[in-house]
Amino acid sequence: MQPTADIDPRTRPLAGAAPAETAAPARRGWRLRREWVQAWLLLAPALILLFAFTHLPAIQTVIDSFWSTPRGRRPAAFVGLANYARLLEDPIFIRAMVNNAIYAAITIPASIALALVMALFVHGRLFGLGFVRMAYFTPTVLPLIAVANIWLFFYLPGIGLFDQIRGIFGLPARNWVGQPATALYAVMMVTIWSQAGFFMIFYLAALQTIPQSLREAAALEGASRWTFFRRVTWPLIMPTTLFISVNATINAFRTVDHIFVMTQGGPNNASMLLLYYIYEQGFRFWDTAYAATLTVVMVTILAVVGIGQFFLLDRRTHYR
Amino acid sequence: MKTWTTTALALIAATGLAAPASAVDLEFYFPVAVGGDAAGIIERLTQDYMDENPGVTIDAIYTGSYADTTTRAITAARGGNPPHLAILLSVDMFAMIDEDIVEPWDPYLTEQEIEEWIGGFYPAFLRNSQFEGQTWGIPFQRSTPVMYWNKEAFEAAGLDPERPPETWDEMVEMGRTLTVRDEAGNVTQWGVRIPSSGFPSWLFTGLVASAGQDGLASDDGTEVFFDTPEVLEALEYLVSLSTEHGIMQPGIIDWGATPRAFMDGESAIAWTTTGNLANIRANAPFEFGVAMLPANVRRGAPTGGGNFYLFSGHSEEETRAAIDFVKWATAPEQAARWSIETGYVAPRPDTWETEAMRAYAAEVPGAVVARDQLEFAVPELATWEGPRITQILNDNIQAAIVGDKTPAQALADAQREADAILAAYR
Repeated sequence: MQPTADIDPRTRPLAGAAPAETAAPARRGWRLRREWVQAWLLLAPALILLFAFTHLPAIQTVIDSFWSTPRGRRPAAFVGLANYARLLEDPIFIRAMVNNAIYAAITIPASIALALVMALFVHGRLFGLGFVRMAYFTPTVLPLIAVANIWLFFYLPGIGLFDQIRGIFGLPARNWVGQPATALYAVMMVTIWSQAGFFMIFYLAALQTIPQSLREAAALEGASRWTFFRRVTWPLIMPTTLFISVNATINAFRTVDHIFVMTQGGPNNASMLLLYYIYEQGFRFWDTAYAATLTVVMVTILAVVGIGQFFLLDRRTHYR
Repeated sequence: MKTWTTTALALIAATGLAAPASAVDLEFYFPVAVGGDAAGIIERLTQDYMDENPGVTIDAIYTGSYADTTTRAITAARGGNPPHLAILLSVDMFAMIDEDIVEPWDPYLTEQEIEEWIGGFYPAFLRNSQFEGQTWGIPFQRSTPVMYWNKEAFEAAGLDPERPPETWDEMVEMGRTLTVRDEAGNVTQWGVRIPSSGFPSWLFTGLVASAGQDGLASDDGTEVFFDTPEVLEALEYLVSLSTEHGIMQPGIIDWGATPRAFMDGESAIAWTTTGNLANIRANAPFEFGVAMLPANVRRGAPTGGGNFYLFSGHSEEETRAAIDFVKWATAPEQAARWSIETGYVAPRPDTWETEAMRAYAAEVPGAVVARDQLEFAVPELATWEGPRITQILNDNIQAAIVGDKTPAQALADAQREADAILAAYR
């Protein structure tokens, strides 16, 4: 390759060719190399942090899942896929997976629907608009632990808010979080309540970017409000829906703070979720190898769902 | 950091600028598991000790709940930076030994000290603290469950407000009288509340003890006795309170909301820890009493709470300084102060002889109940892989309470699952 005056930095060999080159390109090469060094130096702090605290632990987790848990008196031994075989025979893991599937299948669409309804409601003109918006957003700024404690008292059998209301109508008290039939749903309510307000903000922002002219055009055509929503608003806010649904999915697997406060996975694992189970295995039972295995499963699920959502919804999403 | 301090101190000593040669820095992790100002009390205790012993610096670090403290201590020890001391659950002893991060206290003590100091604790507390003839935990932050009863509710139901139920049968009988329903048949006041969320096995151990069985595990932590007739009787009794007798809220009853539910009059009798005594005493809008758990074939209750653990990996000088602090903290004066300010049961008889403690006992009769109950106490469930074994029992107790399994089925399952794990330790 002949050295030319305008070397494309993308094809330029990084090192080694310098002695053969003439003075000018060499100087240029030096300058480019210096830019490379500067670029790497600028990236270094973020990269080092990312590798040290995200990527290395992630790789270590995968490796750990093939080893047994070390105890003080017994070092770790390579066990191959034994931890994964154990997963398949672990009824609590299967329970957690089923619960998590139900949890995701209900909280994700419910939060999105509620967020959209709230956003449409506070998008228009309304008396006390600021107050209503703030009220809808408030649950988001409260820490989930505090929220869960409040809800725990709402749910208290007999003396809680819900049972006091039921009492007015002469209905018997119900032990909402203490019965396997209702515990998981009681926990889901808290999730939906606490995250819908956050998602509403995104919908509200999206709604405000829809040009008024479209609305006027639709009105001239005689389109009903429902048709306008279905044909114009919904497609236009699809990117937001995609963004929110990815977030809601991650949340469905990632936030278990309220489980700690409300049910600790009980009764008899009726409200056990995958991440809470990982915590229990890792930090209560100190079975770090099994916790690592569970983590690998969870990250895989999240990756598949996340990628799937992007590809599936992307086709139906209209970006401007 | 430590080497740096040592070097600095060596330099100061070398230049002849004061500083006692025996200066040591100690790290001490402690959890707070009850309401009130336990953290402040610990800090004042360590400060007083440092004032009396200028050569020693103790860094008392509040590390969250018991579970958080265990997590933190194990993580720190694995990272090569263990604390000198930590207060952890007494039942975590086997886990700590299994992790190989704690040391027994005996090698640092003389014969006389072992006899007088270690031997001076209530035997009920030591049962969860010793293994293979050595002492691994020094009882400090210890508690036991008691029964609280609402005297006004007793009076309203036509019962003697000064006489709590003494036996299981009496509790059912009184519970029937105390359960109040409105015209629609909905319960407005339950007779009894035995919380079952989170860690039902603790209160359940009280029932097992009353049924005549001495705890749920062997002292060496390798055997559990979940499927005996006594345990079955205890579980059937617990389940029958809501199913057969209708005197307790069906389903899982929340542990944390128990003081609140009792004070709101949701139930006339409540079982919970002595650790809630200060809270209920301050906030209950009615007269209440504190009694021992009711007996069946005998009286019985588990012990609970935390011990001092000694972590390995430190110089002998530091370890001895740490032991000296614990000796001081468990001495009558300090232990009395600790017990009075927190509500924990003072772990040594000599503490109850102090003037402060006598005055307290006269003022708060409930405190004495917890002490007197120690005579009937059995150890809390403690085994190798303790948290996992306990969780197996918890899950199965809950399964029986909510009706997923019969009591017999639940206990057979618990025994089988626990045996599978403990086999490795036999």
